Amino acid sequence: MLQDKDRIFTNIYGLHDKSLKGAMSRGHWSGTAGFIKKGRDWVIDQTKASGLRGRGGAGFPTGLKWSFMPKEPSERPHYLVINADESEPGTCKDRDIMRHDPHTLIEGCLIAGFAMGAHACYIYVRGEYMREREALEAAINECYDANLLGKNNKNGWDYDIYVHHGAGAYICGEETALLESLEGKKGQPRLKPPFPANVGLYGCPTTVNNVESVAVVPTILRRGPDWFAGFGRENNRGTKLFCVSGHVNTPCTVEEEMSIPFRELIDKHCGGVRGGNDNLLAVIPGGSSVRMVPADQMIDTPMDFDSLSALGSGLGTAAVIVMDKSTDIIRAIARLAAFYKHESCGQCTPCREGTGWMWRVMERMVEGRAEKREIDMLFDVTKQIEGHTICALGDAAAWPIQGLINHFRPEMEARIDSYTYRSSKDGAVLEAAE
Amino acid sequence: MAKIIVDGKEVEVPDHYTLLQAAEEAGAEIPRFCFHERLSIAGNCRMCLVEAKGGPPKPVASCAMGVKDMRPGPNGEPPEIFTNTPMVKKAREGVMEFLLINHPLDCPICDQGGECDLQDQAMAFGIDESRYSENKRAVEDKYVGPLVKTIMTRCIHCTRCVRFSTEVAGVSELGLLGRGEDAEITTYLEKAMTSELQGNVIDLCPVGALTSKPYAFQARPWELTKTETIDVMDAVGSSIRVDTRGSEVMRIMPRVNEATNEEWISDKTRFIWDGLKTQRLDRPYIRKNGKLTAASWSEAFAVIAEKVNGTAPENIGAIAGDLSSVEEIYAMRELMSALGSANTDCRPENSALDPALGRSSYIFNTTIEGIEDADAILLVGTNPRKEASVLNARIRKRWRTGEAMVGLLGEDADLTYDAVHVGAGPDSISFLDKKMTKAKSRMFIIGEAVANRKDGAAVLQKLAGIALRHGIARDDWNGFNVLHTAAARVGGLDLGFVPGEGGKSTGEMLRESEVLFLLGADELDMIERRSGFTVYIGSHGDVGAHHADVILPGAAYTEKSGTWVNTEGRVQMGQRAGFAPGEAREDWAILRAMSEALVKTLPFDSLAQLRAALYEAHPHFAEIDEVMESDTSGVEALAKRKGGRLTKAAFKSPIDDFYLTNPIARSSAVMAECSARAKGEFAEAAE
Repeated sequence: MLQDKDRIFTNIYGLHDKSLKGAMSRGHWSGTAGFIKKGRDWVIDQTKASGLRGRGGAGFPTGLKWSFMPKEPSERPHYLVINADESEPGTCKDRDIMRHDPHTLIEGCLIAGFAMGAHACYIYVRGEYMREREALEAAINECYDANLLGKNNKNGWDYDIYVHHGAGAYICGEETALLESLEGKKGQPRLKPPFPANVGLYGCPTTVNNVESVAVVPTILRRGPDWFAGFGRENNRGTKLFCVSGHVNTPCTVEEEMSIPFRELIDKHCGGVRGGNDNLLAVIPGGSSVRMVPADQMIDTPMDFDSLSALGSGLGTAAVIVMDKSTDIIRAIARLAAFYKHESCGQCTPCREGTGWMWRVMERMVEGRAEKREIDMLFDVTKQIEGHTICALGDAAAWPIQGLINHFRPEMEARIDSYTYRSSKDGAVLEAAE
Repeated sequence: MAKIIVDGKEVEVPDHYTLLQAAEEAGAEIPRFCFHERLSIAGNCRMCLVEAKGGPPKPVASCAMGVKDMRPGPNGEPPEIFTNTPMVKKAREGVMEFLLINHPLDCPICDQGGECDLQDQAMAFGIDESRYSENKRAVEDKYVGPLVKTIMTRCIHCTRCVRFSTEVAGVSELGLLGRGEDAEITTYLEKAMTSELQGNVIDLCPVGALTSKPYAFQARPWELTKTETIDVMDAVGSSIRVDTRGSEVMRIMPRVNEATNEEWISDKTRFIWDGLKTQRLDRPYIRKNGKLTAASWSEAFAVIAEKVNGTAPENIGAIAGDLSSVEEIYAMRELMSALGSANTDCRPENSALDPALGRSSYIFNTTIEGIEDADAILLVGTNPRKEASVLNARIRKRWRTGEAMVGLLGEDADLTYDAVHVGAGPDSISFLDKKMTKAKSRMFIIGEAVANRKDGAAVLQKLAGIALRHGIARDDWNGFNVLHTAAARVGGLDLGFVPGEGGKSTGEMLRESEVLFLLGADELDMIERRSGFTVYIGSHGDVGAHHADVILPGAAYTEKSGTWVNTEGRVQMGQRAGFAPGEAREDWAILRAMSEALVKTLPFDSLAQLRAALYEAHPHFAEIDEVMESDTSGVEALAKRKGGRLTKAAFKSPIDDFYLTNPIARSSAVMAECSARAKGEFAEAAE
């Protein structure tokens, strides 16, 4: 279990002073100018050495990502874009950073921007996050007043941060759709290649990072990559904000070390599963778009990228959705199917047409008003979407249903049987046959 | 060049090629809906998925992936893709199934049936059964104007129409509203489209979502006879295909011709065809006691012969109209010289264009394709959007690359691209001389209307002088261009159908000639003609026919084989798609018959003989689809000719109403509706 002295987000619950003064008293913004003096390569090397992987879901090594930006600045400016469009169901870590500990993010933006040669940073805040945006903007204004940002600032790297407020579309959390939206266009993902590091915001080299990935960097630099790499297993280093929701006694967002076993995570921080850990049915461990893991496989699994992907799931954003045995698991997944149908941007065919199809079949599966062979058909439809779309939303829509079918097929068949039984008892089948 | 292996076959393709183009090079067919060569890449239909070796275990969209983006093999082998593996087949079937689940499958009542990409590709790449048992999506149809009919339930969201209107037409009127399943293509608040190229979205639409409103439920593609011919609505000479059933024209479609229209045509070209069926002159008429009465051919010829024989040759004149083919103008000229008259003209009143100066003084020397090499374009006294919409799209295409700037000297107008307005009238020309850009390939595009001004000769002289002084017109790049508005004009000028020694010009003939032949000439101010005997030869009952004493019914452009020369000087041959109605005849044949009645029989009995004589006199007309090489001598001659004084009057485009520029268009109900709508909109905007 992570000790308090090792926490990066020391004010994640908003119990302390969140102003610049408070943040500085907790150690933020100390030595920032010194990091910048050490140069771009030093920052990137330290980040690489810490083993930090992106916290937005895909888990791409952050230092490596930064090193893709062109080394020599051309006539095109470089941009850092922070993806604060946290819309994944179950995820609520970035909002806590922004509203209670915004200076971790702002300091991170400056350092990350410096590491990629950017003088401007855009923070794209989710449309629904009103208070978070206000807190963030207030914190940014404090930094400008204290000459930590802007031209000729104390840190020695001219830097501007702009907060952009989204309009509430889930797809704008996809990095290229986010860039489109930021440019004032409709939020639809772009074709890749070219990747944003070459052609990003306004056609310029751009890196899009998650809030948490950037917010942890200043502390890593202060305490050294070895400290950060001391947590978690090989290839899954560091500390991580876990957002535990669902059927636990005390749902919470908590910073823990990577690879903490699931049982320890919920027992220590969430008071265990409602009705005891034996009452656990399944867990969606990384936000709505990963496949669920049933209780028996989940309970002792280390919470990190590699062990969860070995289970056919993923760490995603570490939004742990816990479901106990009272859950109608088919209905739960049908709700997610409805979400993806609603949030599909409509640009490419498999996702536009497939998400609606899956949702409609799932709605019937909830009632049991279906044929058993339709379970196979549904699985086939998810396979027809997966990997055939422009962005990963198609995959994200397909995986929850694949997880359901993989692990709870008997449940679905029983539902169909019970519906058929009730129907035949009521004489509906006979009537229909006449 | 980059090497790539497609299905085991190695091909070498240019670096900028996409996988789809490389696969086509290798002979592998790849289905697609959203991809179109002339539009930006959307990559959204996902039909063109192929398998890449060594990549992630998922297919890639071949239309969006460049050959140079592919990773080579481990030992440096060329990258390899497959278009016929089980993975590709499964992916195509999956996408096709998704496209079809919400498609209404109403092919039997769909106008696209028989020429539908979705139908064809479903046959080739789909599966034969449906697994979708839910209700299909239904989408409300949208009003987008009088030309394009929408059945939006059929839409597969390929966004070709959106990309066309934004990129090529330059009017962002179509868009995708909503998202996910509820995404719909529409204009904002169902406002009618205003582009004069909007009809092209009908051809671009791979399904039956956007179809032709006038053609709705008229015919099936397989019952139509297709004739490849040339358009005469403007001087671009777009390549078109006329589809007929019997002798009735059912629709007009574009053909691909990189030199002129690429594959676009204007709405006037496309939707004119209902005008071919109304207001037609189908028998000769003679004016008796002030009223036109039907007559036979011989009666009509007798009246003409009597009149001509009683008139001195210098009092006989002939004016050729805007749509006439070279053959009939040639026959007219031969007849007039047989009659001993030098009074011939094919130009509007006051025109300063003179074929005697040389061909390069009156054609579009740079050629239309040449626009794509221009660095700076100056439009003088022209609104190409109205005068030559397809050519305007070519200017826009060049402008969009960011490598060319466009200036406008004349009436300020929305040309669909940013044109720097440098002045309104000729007084800004001297400014040009001082501030000329140093770009390498500069173009003057001078509207034909400039030559028809009172100071036309002076303006042309000044511009020609500037063109020569600044190296705009030089041996390797002739940037002096005249943009004509009439399909017949360059052909007539090439023939020298202008006043001969002591001959009268158009205006003089109108006012003075005792006997005047109007060969399809309808754009004249007939009020000027207070007296005299007028013979109208033409296809439609328009201005010319209203003022005629004898009407000889001729054939419209789809009803005759004829040669037209476009504004570049490109000689193009149109083919007959149907027959003229009633007793109407091809114009050259009418002139041949009339010459016999006048006892001046023309020396040819067939079109072939006429053409043989024509080609002997003017060999360049035999070079079909070619532009005869020209030099700058015409421009030099123009610069030397005495021009006179410039006036202060501002330049003005000759076209007030794009939809009603010729007798066929004025007879078309569709064009009338478009015109009224366009005017109504302007009135609304003024309120």
